[in-house]
Amino acid sequence: MIVPDSSLPPADQPLPAGEGLPRLAKKKFLHDATEHVRDTGHRAFVRKALGGYYTNRDLQKARFRSWDHARDAASLAKWSAVNRLDELLPRFVANFEANGGRVHWARDAEEARTIVLDLVRAARAKAIIKSKCMTSEEIHLNAALEAEGYGVVESDLGEFIQQLRGEPPYHFVFPCMHVRRDEISDLFGKHLGTPPTDSPEELTMIARRHMRRLYVDADIGITGANFLVAETGQISITENEGNARLTAALPRVHISISGIEKVVEHLDDLAVLLPMLATAGAGQPMTCYNTLYAGPRRPGEADGPEEMHLVLLDNSRTAILADPEQRDSLHCIRCGACLNVCPIFKNVGGFTYGTTYQGPIGSVITPHLRGLADWNHLSAASSLCGACSDACPVRIDIHHHLLHNRRNAARTAPNAWEKIGHRLFAMVARRPWLFGLGGAVFRRTLPLLKLLRPPLLRDWLASRDLPAAPRQSFRRQWDRRPQVPTAAPVHPHLRKEKA
Amino acid sequence: MSSTAGMSAREVIMARIKEALRVPAPLPHGLADDSRAQVGPPAAALTTSGGSGPTVISAHASTGLPTLTVLPEEVARPWLPDGGETPAERLQLLVENLGKLRAVVQQVPDLTAASDYLFTLARERDWHRVAWHPHPLVEPLLAGVPCATYRVDAADFDKNALESCDAGITSCEALVAQTGSILVSSATSGGRALSILPHVHVVVATADQIVATLADALHAAKARHDGHLPSMLSFITGPSRTGDIERILVLGAHGPKELILILVG
Repeated sequence: MIVPDSSLPPADQPLPAGEGLPRLAKKKFLHDATEHVRDTGHRAFVRKALGGYYTNRDLQKARFRSWDHARDAASLAKWSAVNRLDELLPRFVANFEANGGRVHWARDAEEARTIVLDLVRAARAKAIIKSKCMTSEEIHLNAALEAEGYGVVESDLGEFIQQLRGEPPYHFVFPCMHVRRDEISDLFGKHLGTPPTDSPEELTMIARRHMRRLYVDADIGITGANFLVAETGQISITENEGNARLTAALPRVHISISGIEKVVEHLDDLAVLLPMLATAGAGQPMTCYNTLYAGPRRPGEADGPEEMHLVLLDNSRTAILADPEQRDSLHCIRCGACLNVCPIFKNVGGFTYGTTYQGPIGSVITPHLRGLADWNHLSAASSLCGACSDACPVRIDIHHHLLHNRRNAARTAPNAWEKIGHRLFAMVARRPWLFGLGGAVFRRTLPLLKLLRPPLLRDWLASRDLPAAPRQSFRRQWDRRPQVPTAAPVHPHLRKEKA
Repeated sequence: MSSTAGMSAREVIMARIKEALRVPAPLPHGLADDSRAQVGPPAAALTTSGGSGPTVISAHASTGLPTLTVLPEEVARPWLPDGGETPAERLQLLVENLGKLRAVVQQVPDLTAASDYLFTLARERDWHRVAWHPHPLVEPLLAGVPCATYRVDAADFDKNALESCDAGITSCEALVAQTGSILVSSATSGGRALSILPHVHVVVATADQIVATLADALHAAKARHDGHLPSMLSFITGPSRTGDIERILVLGAHGPKELILILVG
């Protein structure tokens, strides 16, 4: 695992911004990535855990008559909603309120925390149960609730394990995919007093038994939301375990926290998006429970909460909306497919990012949420292989957005050394004699460079070896290549060169 | 946005959205060459694609608000997983899909046979108490059940009583052949908790409740509850599950460990 560097804040904490601590996030990323890459056992474990995902995802994709055409439809649903947010968000809110729900608008994380705390106080809550909700991670809700003395229990198995470990999620869909079963057994033994076991099934049952009373006793249930349906004013929640269903069924008050970009126009859009979310995210035909909530309990219904509240969170989403080039990153349905296929994620691990949203999509949106100057290094940590864009069920152009971030960073905060370097190279490359001379000098000084390891090359040489320099330049070797008589036709371009 | 002083959070966020959307975004990938995207009167079209792309958004005839000229679901329909053309195909697909999800399907000719099956289940599994809700498909099954019963209704609901039940028996809105999903609702399945809290969920449905696709199921629910959708609609696709420990599948995370469908007719 990652060796903590005490000079750096923990992965979950927002880094202090701006002056005094330039590039702290980058320093931390490089440190953690280096540590993680050396941990081959851990990398193999993550790779093995993802093996089953690839098989199931491909099996489910094959059930589509055309996965790629379905992706076009899914991207249309999200594109038309995000580009008409000014019309659809108020329509959703009006319908949600007509259903008996209450909407609270939050400009930023602090405002969202205040709203939830006020609701919790007003309900005189004693116990809070929570299902998986990434927006609550984004606003650091649990810490705020605990600071006010409220106990809050994560009910999703993975999130529960992470809560006991005192860690943020490793992966925003598979929160504890990095934890071995023996570690979970020890953890449950320590916190719940259960006997050790190496059976994933028995470990799951321990959590099940532990949680059942908590659903019944909780006053408040907090959930996220996957989609907000403008046409009907419903919110849609996707989950496998049934914990969100219980969280929204038994407590007196249901609070949901959602980003403003989750709106879709029609209920029918979900007939496309739900199966695609399940297939891309976990290799399932449908996630086990896809539930639409339209307000609190109705007269005549057996049960359900007395109040339903929805916190609509901006927290810089409108900054992404204002960038037409990267606006499609708001189409994201948080399936996590781009993480599962990303060579960087698989090698540096989820914590190294230091962000709420890990992986390629996190690298695209985090600079908008927390500042490009401090978070551009995530866009540089990419091989630009495009696996993320291929995997995306709503066709977000993820890897090009990483390039866009790099370009924007170069524009807003140009690197003087990089500029000088490129100018110098351009000057040399335009003059063949100078280029030849440069090559000759480089070939002769290469052994010396390896020995001296100047700062510019040091990082590169840390994990790579330079090959020995050839004795002659390429141009020299080309001129002296053996002339093999051949009957093969010579390409016209080459013929002209010769002449 | 010149000054935000004195504006509510809603006003500020809506102003930010309006400001942000002043510059249009390019059409999504793959849409520019979809000929169906051109349905709709070009004259009324908004120039959301910079004027050169196909018309995908036009002004709504009566409200004047922008609206999609082609629905994403229509675009997707031919490409999504098959839902079957005939009732026989749909039944076969449903049973196949539920089997893969490790749900149990019991086909019975009539309600008497359904009642017998429930009796056997309760006896074999030594159920002490089963929960149910008043419904023409559910009520007849409980007549001879060899254990205590708990009736879930609006008058007096006790979550502690429900928690101690071994099984919950409900009806449903629709069965989806395409995915093997069962659509339940707070209106037709005894509220929210009955189909999720007990360890076993037994669904009683008739064969004519089978529909081809998820969209068909949503349409059926919309039509039935015309304008007054129940406060909860839930697609249940197999018994509760988790893969959170080393990505290994375990059934029965927090919801029912077993899902049993009794299909009548």
